[in-house]
Amino acid sequence: MKRWLPLILFFVLVGFFAKGLFLNPREVPSPFIGKPAPAFTLPLVGQPDKTFSPADMKGRVWLLNVWAPWCVSCRQEHPVLMGLAQSQSAPIVGLNWKDKEREAAQLLGQHGSPYHAVPDDLSGRVGIDYGVTGTPETYVIDKTGVIRMKHVGPIDPEVWKKKFEPKLKELGA
Amino acid sequence: MIPELGHFALIIALLLALTQAILPLIGAQRGNLTLMAVARPAAQGQFVFVALAFGCLAWSFLHNDFSVENVARNSFSQLPEIYRFTATWGSHEGSMLLWALILGFWTTAVSVFSRHLPDDMVARVIGIMGLVSTGFLAFLLTTSNPFLRLLPAAADGRDMNPLLQDPGMVIHPPMLYMGYVGFSVAFAFAIAALLSGRLDAAWARWSRPWTTVAWAFLTLGIALGSWWAYNELGWGGWWFWDPTENASFMPWIAGTALIHSLAVTEKRGAFKAWTVLLALTAFSLSLLGTFLVRSGVLSSVHAFATDPARGAFILGFLVVVIGGSLALFAWRAPRMLTGGAFNWFSREAMLLANNVILLAAMGSVLLGTLYPLLMDALGMGKISVGPPYFNAVFVPLMAPALFLMGVGPLTRWKESSLPDMVTRLKWALAIAVATGLLLPLTLKGFNPWATLGFTLAVWITLTVLIGFRERLKTGARLTRLPRAFWGMQLAHLGLAWGVAGITLVANYQEERDVRMNVGDHTTMAGYTFTFQGTTERMGPNYRAARGTVEVSRDGKKLFTLHPEKRIYNASGMPMTEAAIHPNFFRDVYVALGEPLDEEAKSWAVRVFHKPFINWLWIGGLMLVIGGFLAASDRRYRIAVKAAAPAGAAAQGA
Repeated sequence: MKRWLPLILFFVLVGFFAKGLFLNPREVPSPFIGKPAPAFTLPLVGQPDKTFSPADMKGRVWLLNVWAPWCVSCRQEHPVLMGLAQSQSAPIVGLNWKDKEREAAQLLGQHGSPYHAVPDDLSGRVGIDYGVTGTPETYVIDKTGVIRMKHVGPIDPEVWKKKFEPKLKELGA
Repeated sequence: MIPELGHFALIIALLLALTQAILPLIGAQRGNLTLMAVARPAAQGQFVFVALAFGCLAWSFLHNDFSVENVARNSFSQLPEIYRFTATWGSHEGSMLLWALILGFWTTAVSVFSRHLPDDMVARVIGIMGLVSTGFLAFLLTTSNPFLRLLPAAADGRDMNPLLQDPGMVIHPPMLYMGYVGFSVAFAFAIAALLSGRLDAAWARWSRPWTTVAWAFLTLGIALGSWWAYNELGWGGWWFWDPTENASFMPWIAGTALIHSLAVTEKRGAFKAWTVLLALTAFSLSLLGTFLVRSGVLSSVHAFATDPARGAFILGFLVVVIGGSLALFAWRAPRMLTGGAFNWFSREAMLLANNVILLAAMGSVLLGTLYPLLMDALGMGKISVGPPYFNAVFVPLMAPALFLMGVGPLTRWKESSLPDMVTRLKWALAIAVATGLLLPLTLKGFNPWATLGFTLAVWITLTVLIGFRERLKTGARLTRLPRAFWGMQLAHLGLAWGVAGITLVANYQEERDVRMNVGDHTTMAGYTFTFQGTTERMGPNYRAARGTVEVSRDGKKLFTLHPEKRIYNASGMPMTEAAIHPNFFRDVYVALGEPLDEEAKSWAVRVFHKPFINWLWIGGLMLVIGGFLAASDRRYRIAVKAAAPAGAAAQGA
């Protein structure tokens, strides 16, 4: 029996690895889920005289997408968001996070904007309030202003289908 | 055209690898010499075609062929030429190709330096390595093809990860892979021995130099990686217990145990099953490390491949290679006869204790690395395991191993006398303990960790010297001592050196984060740092804020440091480039944090004083040289045909 021990131990490990392949180690459950989205008021990119506040979205299911012009994965995500904006499943608000080089307006002008509004979080303070760990991150916020889901990393069509669509349906978007 | 040529070469290499795997193994089983003779040419041919494929990929990188997706993703036209070349293995696909290339290199080396081995042994060893190679080449071609085209071609690349743009990264991955993959030779020898049923001293003797060389490369790779982290990450740390680091450290520990266990099997014919199991473990951990880093099951700085298809392929491959070899071991183990008996106080016993401790240490690292994954898979929440766990578990485990390291080489095979040993070593022990107790008092007061570290470092150093003295007393001349002995002593001394460095830097380093305006100064460890502001600088593929920090002592100007904060053009990624003034006794290390106002006049600056940190790399280098020296010992170079244990002569173990 003793000589089979290494093999048995190895297969226990394999079981865990097989499970681990389908888990996302970066995905940390957010303590904000089920809590009201933190309030803020920020100027809009390109229109500093106008402001955006989550209260403006009351009564609608919407997405808060945290992005930045310097973020490579956000560029990867951009065409997907463009497609979503066209399908009009839910409005997307693009929180422009720590854009110190002030490139957001130019970038969106060049490649098109999938966003309903683009609040400008230059200091990154709002990002801290929402517990942003990196870009891109996307929050699903319901009609009463409560955060219902958070996704870390770029959205691709598969993630959208598996994670977002059922959630939006459930919330009645 | 060139990328297609590379793709095609890779397909031919796969076919050759299959040939190299299947025909010689069948030949060895049936005693068919013609089939066995296929091994060498097939292995060498495979290496040529993998090298051709690698050359094609490197060519595409050097010529900025952005119609190749891998090049477009991982290179950039402004990237300096040397980094364009190293970008070849900077990506997932490229690093797997490097793996296959190095495996081909080792197999070819075996095919050349195995003239004195029996034909069936050579056929089996090369056949097993062919199986491993088949797995990797199939992985490359099915899930990670580096030659895929991007149509239309990208105008420019996305740039190499700025973290990897460092001289340390130029040679770190090849050295690390030389070590990882080098263990495949010991693995193949062990499987061949299990298949043929000839687990004898000759087998251990053939395996030893290969294992030691692979271990030396792995040591070098790990040391370079640590040096890179120290220079590039800007936190002043040299080891983070990051999953990627652990992935390379675990095979290293298993390899260290294997080297010592092989010595016992060769000299005394003992521990056979244990040695075979260690040989399987060392290579299995290399594969496991590749899986952990490449599959994305553990997040880490390097885990850029997060594709379940790749992970599933590697996992399947692991099941076949590791599962298969462990099953073979379980099936064949009862046939292994244990060698000569030995007393509880003998060199065998010391080496056995060393092995048990090393494996326990390896297990603790494995547990810490996989614990987050285990908890997550069991649905018990997300946690991370960091340095506090590893330091608390690993250091106390290694302390007895380091103590035994002093005793082991001085004990005799079979049986040794404890009272005699006490007489020989009492002074060394007394001096070591006294140094350990007194030295911290002269520095910053009593500190148990410093005492432990100094005692062990002095203890090992003195026992190494005693080892030399006792050898010389028997009439041997220094220059006539075997290289294996020199190698062992040098490696042990290197470890002592490293332990001393770690103890000093861990307990006596100073660190300070300060806000500095132009003209501000701060004083640490007798050095005065004066911040003279930053200037803009354009690099080849980045722009940087270049700080100037003047360092003086007692009002006398010593040197000027230029830490940089870089923004890379293609990715927009910020990077900290620390400025270091090294010498034999200390490093002065300055890193720029963030600018604290809009005009970038005032900065967060981090300064370190790191006493004796370079002793770490010096110690590592001594381990490496010791390994190569031991592997080049004369007795490995003379033809060994018969299985003749060398008796109880006190050779370097």
